[in-house]
Amino acid sequence: MTITVEAVRPAPPTVEQLRDIAGSVPDPEIPVLTLRDLGILRDVQITADGTVDVTLTPTYTGCPATAVIAADVETALRAAGVDRLLVRTVLSPAWTTDWMSHEGRRKLVDYGIAPPGACRPAAAAPRPIGLTLSARCPRCGSTNTREISRFGSTPCKSLWSCLACAEPFDSFKAI
Amino acid sequence: MTSPPVSNSRLDTDRQAVDQTALTGYALGLGDDVLILAQRLGEWITRAPQIEEDIALGNIALDLLGQARTLLSYAGELEGAGRDEDDLAFLRDEREFRNLHLVEIENGDFAVTMARQLIFSAYQCELYSALLTSTDPTLSALAGKAVKEVDYHRDHATQWVLRLGDGTPESHDRMQAALDLIWPYVEEIFDSSDIVAALPGIAADPAAFRAAWTAYVENVIGEATLTRPTPKWRSRGGRTGYHSEHLGHLLPTMQNLHRSHPGATW
Repeated sequence: MTITVEAVRPAPPTVEQLRDIAGSVPDPEIPVLTLRDLGILRDVQITADGTVDVTLTPTYTGCPATAVIAADVETALRAAGVDRLLVRTVLSPAWTTDWMSHEGRRKLVDYGIAPPGACRPAAAAPRPIGLTLSARCPRCGSTNTREISRFGSTPCKSLWSCLACAEPFDSFKAI
Repeated sequence: MTSPPVSNSRLDTDRQAVDQTALTGYALGLGDDVLILAQRLGEWITRAPQIEEDIALGNIALDLLGQARTLLSYAGELEGAGRDEDDLAFLRDEREFRNLHLVEIENGDFAVTMARQLIFSAYQCELYSALLTSTDPTLSALAGKAVKEVDYHRDHATQWVLRLGDGTPESHDRMQAALDLIWPYVEEIFDSSDIVAALPGIAADPAAFRAAWTAYVENVIGEATLTRPTPKWRSRGGRTGYHSEHLGHLLPTMQNLHRSHPGATW
């Protein structure tokens, strides 16, 4: 008596599952946020020849985390059984903090970083010199805060100090 | 510069009609401007007057380096000689660089650096705003990204010029001296060029946005109680490879590691 054994391979992940896996990868510099929260995972497609085509966009053109993020996405998708993979980084359309999810903004506050406000007008638009809207302190909630520097520990953040609770904090810049 | 470059470039049929040599030169000129200024700003790290400024100037340099990577990678791709961003940044000699004199001159004191930042970032704001409508997809994509970054740079420089100009008599005088020192390098930004003329719809003609640049910078200078200088000489030649002695001193520092250890990666 012979028994035929068919090799049972797990079904390949669907494009929705792949999006979920890639979107759940944490940001290397602000690990409470996922790529989905940040809005920098632009697309995941499966092409006709079965290649998984992932499109990312950087927060800033010089952001050093961009290469790490691409490598982390690759690692996560390879672990899910993806063989043929293409991870691309595109600049257009330009990332804006307006793409950050509400969930992401809430996580930022819990993490001690003030979330970005609504995006400012483009550079060419004239506006009064020196206007700075205050960021809300993520620790005590006060808006009695002071900007110390427009540039913080990463390109995407500015440095603030709370005048109510006297704690320094980072604020995510609106771009 | 070991990670993959950021690029949206697609070789398409439209490209056939474009003057490839001019486009290569254009990308190289813009790329060299930001590469060399990134190197200069990096010199401030650990030397700035406040730790926040170490971070700020480092951040601005990083943005400019990101822009340089896109532009130099693109120039290398257009050139078609197999040179990548690293080859172009680290293996060219002085006469092959196409940057403006403005970005290569020594940092001077903090006021000189801020005067240059005001002038250059105000120029970049107008440049990238104009390139948003470039028919070249790589340049317009970069512009869409970078215009938001340089807006922050311009704000940063504006705050400092106001603070120093409208500050103490000492800070006012040093800010004015800085403007006087930098101003001879302004005219070169707006020089007409055969490269720009050969790329209608693709390149942005600086002469077209000079009025907007002047309005912004003069407004800041006025608010800062400073006076717009009237220099007796002007720089020229950076875009055709003729440089001041300062670039010759900058390049060995920037290129030494790559040339001493070819292929070295982190």
